Amino acid sequence: MAYSIQDYKSDVHSNWCPGCGDFGILNAVQMGLMDMQLDPHNVAVFSGVGCAAKTPHYIQTYGVHTLHGRVLPFATGAKLANPNLNIIAVGGDGDGMGIGAGHFVGTGRMNLDLTYILFNNGVYGLTKGQASPTLALGQQTKSLPQPNSSGPVNPLLLAFASGYSFIARGYAYAIPQLKGLIRDAIEHPGLSFVEVLQPCPTYNNINTREWYGGADRKDAEGTARPRVYNLEDQDHDPLISSETATEARHAKVGVFIEKALEWGDAIPTGTFLRNLTQNTYEERIGARIETYRSEPPARRQIEDNQQSVADLTPLFEELRVF
Amino acid sequence: MELIINHLAWRIGGAQGSGVDSAANLFASAMASGGLHVFGNREFYSNIMGEHSYFELRVSDHPVACPTTRLNVLTTFDAETAIRHSNEIADGGALIYDVKLIDTPFEKIPNLERRVQQDLGKVLDEKGLPRTMNSMLQLAEQRGITLYPVPYEDLLKTDEMLQKLPYATLKKMVNTMSAAASAALLDYDLKFINQGLEETFSGKQKVIELNIRAAEITYDYFKKTFTQPFSRKIEPIESTEKRLYVNGNQAVGMGKIAAGCSVQTYYPISPATDESTYLEGHESFPLKNGSSKGSILVLQTGDEIAAICSAIGAGLSGARAATSTSGPGFSLMAEALGWAGINETPVVVTLYQRGGPSTGLPTRSEQGDLRFALHAGHGEFPRLLVASGDLEESFYDAMRVFNYAERYQTPVIHLLDKGLATYKRTFPYFDTNRIKIERGALLSDEEAAKLESYDRFAYTDSNISPRTVLGQAGGVSWYTGDESTEDGHITEDPVDRVRMMEKRANKLISALQEIPEDEQFILHGDPNATTTIVGWGSTKGSILEALGRLNNADHSVNFLQGRLMSPFPAVAFSTILEKAERLIGIEENYSGQFAQLIREHTGIAMDYFISKYNGRPITVDEVEESVLEIMGGQAPQKVVLHHGI
Repeated sequence: MAYSIQDYKSDVHSNWCPGCGDFGILNAVQMGLMDMQLDPHNVAVFSGVGCAAKTPHYIQTYGVHTLHGRVLPFATGAKLANPNLNIIAVGGDGDGMGIGAGHFVGTGRMNLDLTYILFNNGVYGLTKGQASPTLALGQQTKSLPQPNSSGPVNPLLLAFASGYSFIARGYAYAIPQLKGLIRDAIEHPGLSFVEVLQPCPTYNNINTREWYGGADRKDAEGTARPRVYNLEDQDHDPLISSETATEARHAKVGVFIEKALEWGDAIPTGTFLRNLTQNTYEERIGARIETYRSEPPARRQIEDNQQSVADLTPLFEELRVF
Repeated sequence: MELIINHLAWRIGGAQGSGVDSAANLFASAMASGGLHVFGNREFYSNIMGEHSYFELRVSDHPVACPTTRLNVLTTFDAETAIRHSNEIADGGALIYDVKLIDTPFEKIPNLERRVQQDLGKVLDEKGLPRTMNSMLQLAEQRGITLYPVPYEDLLKTDEMLQKLPYATLKKMVNTMSAAASAALLDYDLKFINQGLEETFSGKQKVIELNIRAAEITYDYFKKTFTQPFSRKIEPIESTEKRLYVNGNQAVGMGKIAAGCSVQTYYPISPATDESTYLEGHESFPLKNGSSKGSILVLQTGDEIAAICSAIGAGLSGARAATSTSGPGFSLMAEALGWAGINETPVVVTLYQRGGPSTGLPTRSEQGDLRFALHAGHGEFPRLLVASGDLEESFYDAMRVFNYAERYQTPVIHLLDKGLATYKRTFPYFDTNRIKIERGALLSDEEAAKLESYDRFAYTDSNISPRTVLGQAGGVSWYTGDESTEDGHITEDPVDRVRMMEKRANKLISALQEIPEDEQFILHGDPNATTTIVGWGSTKGSILEALGRLNNADHSVNFLQGRLMSPFPAVAFSTILEKAERLIGIEENYSGQFAQLIREHTGIAMDYFISKYNGRPITVDEVEESVLEIMGGQAPQKVVLHHGI
């Protein structure tokens, strides 16, 4: 029997503000899971702390709402212990690019097969709108007493520098595209990163739905010209595979950087990079520990009739004295 | 002169990187090969190369478990060791040294701290002696220490040896030669040294041959030159049981493997790192059923926050998971510890204390984190805290703590220290069957699949809820660092809050009732003794040996060793402590943290406190002397110990 969208929805009432971009992301995640027909019990959604971090409670899979900034280390441990789980980590931009930035980088180095979705709204919503690490220099969203005196971190570039092998950006109100990106990210063999531009209707009065939609820049006919556009419309090819020649690879990295830096009147969305040349952390472990996938650490028998099954003789022999 | 057989305190020192450890291990291996019991203590700086380190070995015909103040033999191949340690040699002892170095002045030794130069220099100045190694030798000789000059350089600069290799390479063997000289002094068969060399350099035949030759040359020279017998002698004894020579990092690592810990996370930190690298070096091991499929996954993270979070994550998936750290790293783990507490998720934190605060004394001993480990994390949540007292306890406790973590679904801290991490001892093989593996209310896949509805934090009579793990069909559930309802969703409801707080807290009441008494504390010696020493952790060895000496001298003393610090066995402690006329706390910290804990729970205060916080372990002699001083009515209420180099 196929899973319906209802099978991925919990009965917990959401307490996000009306109009919040998070709803779109939540829907896209649930639709992506349904599209893939993943067994809900074999999915675990991890989150940090903040508005975005409430997401797991609304999804009918295992849900783990962790600590501020620490979603990736929690998710890493769960995935390593059972590589057969589908693990999705979610969190806001303060969570991931501020307090959790070190973990964002450290996780990138591993290329574990999991997906991280960053809900990027430029503010700390739950604490009433302070500047987040992605808010542009000099901007003054409505609850800031002074203009932002620090510059923004670029999540896509940081992801690239850290080693994420799938890098995409979606928009919270372009749900079908976002669903596709999330699905591609989950299916990607390795660490995938999806930044989602997510208007915060309550505290970010600059990067609003209207702003992304270009309501302030209408054409002659009075039609809004959206700032966000889809890379697919430009025939962007994000794939780097073992067959990609070195020069072509360099060129693709150049295009990636160029696109990742594009902002303002033209904001690219879609898959920026899909690098299939790195093996996953699980593969690296599997090459050393043959039974890593068939008997993962979390599911291994460790006792027989309450007696340890481990045979320590070789360890003792190694330190034996006569 | 009475010949003392098979009782020896031996020390070797030198610059870090010059082979001190190798020589000590060689000597220990040679002793153990002769059936003897060996205890080793390694003292070293937070430094890769050049600073002074030393290794002290005690050798006996019965088990020994602690450091001592009184050396019998000091073996050196540099001037710094002879200068620093010659005062440590007890009457009748021996000092082996490099005759070429005797004119070395203090100021030519860059790592000899100004304070040491001043303190030693002051004594020499008063006697009108120059500040040189030779003056220190003279002082030693005046005290009756026998000097054994060895011309290492001449012994190597022979045609025979120089044919093999240039002197610059040959001289790296002075460590082997000093061990061989010690064997000659103790009239111990050289074959055991040679055997040790074969083990140490296994597979490198040329190196083995060269070192064996260097050992022979030194041994022969020594025997020929120093014909007077020394007051101590080592003789091989019968030993039929299989024994290992193991340190605490290894013992804990072995215990974790035996316990079925399958994920260990860590960030490098002294003195915990060696446990994790030991585990990673042994990530695959056989199982008792003959299969080769045993394994443990070791993850080095970007910091200690990630280390504990990943361990908790692995626990959510169902693995027995642990992280291993020391004070600075544990400071970073405080928040996540609370997450595991409120989410009733088992996790083991192995905490090796070292000198604090801040970076403190990274490679030195201290019991300064007991109160911190008891309270780390904001808010109130249950934790179990177990302190091991020796290497054997370290192994078995390393197994037990996983049972506690899973039975009570909460974080468990296994508290050790630098002493336990690096002490080495000969032991019979550990018995992995001694500790049963108990996984508590963990549901099997079959049990989970049969669930009609499931709440991860369901209220139960035992306060422990059946636990599913990520990936189990039928067990879908939620976890949150917020307060939650039974289903793991966020709540701020005042009624649920109270019920959840009580559910979690009450687990510790059950733990205290269920955990066997000998896992909570041990009362060593006569229960009716008039003086009770109270201590915990790595001082156990020194206290126990001192207890033997005191009772042999007709003093009435016993020793109450604390093991389970949380929950605290207050009633049992009260009963025991009320019996004694005199209570003496012994701890390697400034404030008497365990004494405070006891007072908090029982209202009973120690009459005296023996305290040490110079970063060096409390020796058996220090315990004996300070307890005697207290019993003689001569001591202040707080006795501060200072021994150590």
